[in-house]
Amino acid sequence: MPVLVYTENADGKFKKSTFEAVSYARAIANESKTNLVAISIGDVGAADLALLGKYGADKVLNVTGDKLKNFINQAYAAVIAEAAKKEAANIVVLSNSFSGRGLAPRLGVKLKAGVADGAVALPDQADGKLIVKKTAFSGKAFALVELTSENKVISLIPNSYKVVETEAAGTVEDFGPEIKPADLSTIIKEIVRSTDKVSLPDADIVVSGGRGLKGPENWGMVEELADLLGAALACSKPVSDAGWRPHSEHVGQTGIAVSPNLYIAIGISGAIQHLAGVSSSKTIVVINKDAEAPFFKVADYGIVGDAFEVVPKLISAIKDYKASA
Amino acid sequence: MKILVCISNVPDTTTKITFTDNNTQFNTSGVQFILNPYDEIALARAIELTDGGSGSVTVINVGEVATEPTIRKALAIGATDAVRVNAKAHDAWFVAYQVAQYVKSNPFDLILTGRESIDYNGSKVAAMLAELLDIPSVSIIKKLDIDGNTATVEREIEGGKEVLTVPLPIVAGTAEGVAEPKIPNMRGIMSARTKPLTVIEPATVETFSNVIRYETPAPRGQVKLVPADDVAKLVELLHSEARVI
Repeated sequence: MPVLVYTENADGKFKKSTFEAVSYARAIANESKTNLVAISIGDVGAADLALLGKYGADKVLNVTGDKLKNFINQAYAAVIAEAAKKEAANIVVLSNSFSGRGLAPRLGVKLKAGVADGAVALPDQADGKLIVKKTAFSGKAFALVELTSENKVISLIPNSYKVVETEAAGTVEDFGPEIKPADLSTIIKEIVRSTDKVSLPDADIVVSGGRGLKGPENWGMVEELADLLGAALACSKPVSDAGWRPHSEHVGQTGIAVSPNLYIAIGISGAIQHLAGVSSSKTIVVINKDAEAPFFKVADYGIVGDAFEVVPKLISAIKDYKASA
Repeated sequence: MKILVCISNVPDTTTKITFTDNNTQFNTSGVQFILNPYDEIALARAIELTDGGSGSVTVINVGEVATEPTIRKALAIGATDAVRVNAKAHDAWFVAYQVAQYVKSNPFDLILTGRESIDYNGSKVAAMLAELLDIPSVSIIKKLDIDGNTATVEREIEGGKEVLTVPLPIVAGTAEGVAEPKIPNMRGIMSARTKPLTVIEPATVETFSNVIRYETPAPRGQVKLVPADDVAKLVELLHSEARVI
């Protein structure tokens, strides 16, 4: 039975997290010596669809049409479930993106499947079982969850599995299942996406500021550092609670959990709630004037110093590095 | 308008997470349990939407008797009445199924949950419940307004937001921005003791997933400190040692 992967797009383009999900699903399919079928819904061009073969899809089901141009979880779940039935796929993989979190649970119900959300590693498929490692307690722990149902849905946390290029046929086939009008009752009025900024959950590098920066007027240097590194901006809870930065940048236990390659924390002491949201970052750099700040205990690199002196120096050091590279 | 708010009883955000029984059970010893912070937002918005007396806010929890202090807290904040499904919350599917059974015989115009619980972080109950009820759902919302039979919702997406309208009834998962959590006042705390809390028994349902065991993240090595006057050294380490830039 093949593995099915849902390949999410934004404005007709696949994102890195989509290719991560394809590579991850390919590895699961290899393990059980089966094929990988991808399903794309929306307006994706031929050149982009062809990329799915490059990351391991043997076949691509392409669902288009005005009604399905924008994401509606009810309708998309119905289409993906139909595809799973048509292909007799018993494992469905998707990205644990904002949209994925609206889709995976619905797919679970439709397919009578156990759902492992937020997977961080390949499942253990030994002895005919399937056990998935996922984040729990807001990043403070992992849970190993066994899916005991015949059908299974797995959503993968962005940045937790490396994109792998493999040559697969990636044959594109049109797919147009019936959709109930009731599944289309949601109307998308407006999509606002800032194209000049890196999106926080997908970012390779995150630059984050805390109360140590003293006020929203001091974010200029943080933004400059982020721009220079192609990084997304983040902040601690007190900062978003004070209205210095938007809630969408709040990283931590009650905000967004991130797992970038590099997390730079500036003027953040490292309360347990904040650490929960960043603990799966690969490399953590802490800049804080208080040598006793708890964040240093979980950091890889640290600078004890005043952010207002260190950050401008860091900006010029990175400029020098870039000029010499 | 009749609103249902699904609430979870979760460890306080400052809890150090440890496990017992060969890492198969969460160690609840000495742990303070609270109303899930995202559910507090849902509850606050539900109370705002029914402010002025038009309608009611029911809270529902799937949990054993130990969750009742958290349910009473929700009543103290301003919920009208409460339901507890008397069972351990095995997983999101179990919880969604129990709530769906209740809603099928007690319909609501609007069902709210927090965007996720801060213990298992599944973000699953809202959409599973909606699927079981065959109604729309919106996950991770930052704004919610109701006009007649239509909800206008702002949903978070990567790098932006989406504004959508959807006909009631719906299930929505609330995040920061929807409302400010409310603190119970003395009158609320007093009245919470006498507000109705109905206990119902769970329906039987198939199990699709089990937690085998837990792991805690591997500790990081000792932090490497770089002198504040040698920032270039940090850039070099990030490039040649960590290989992240």
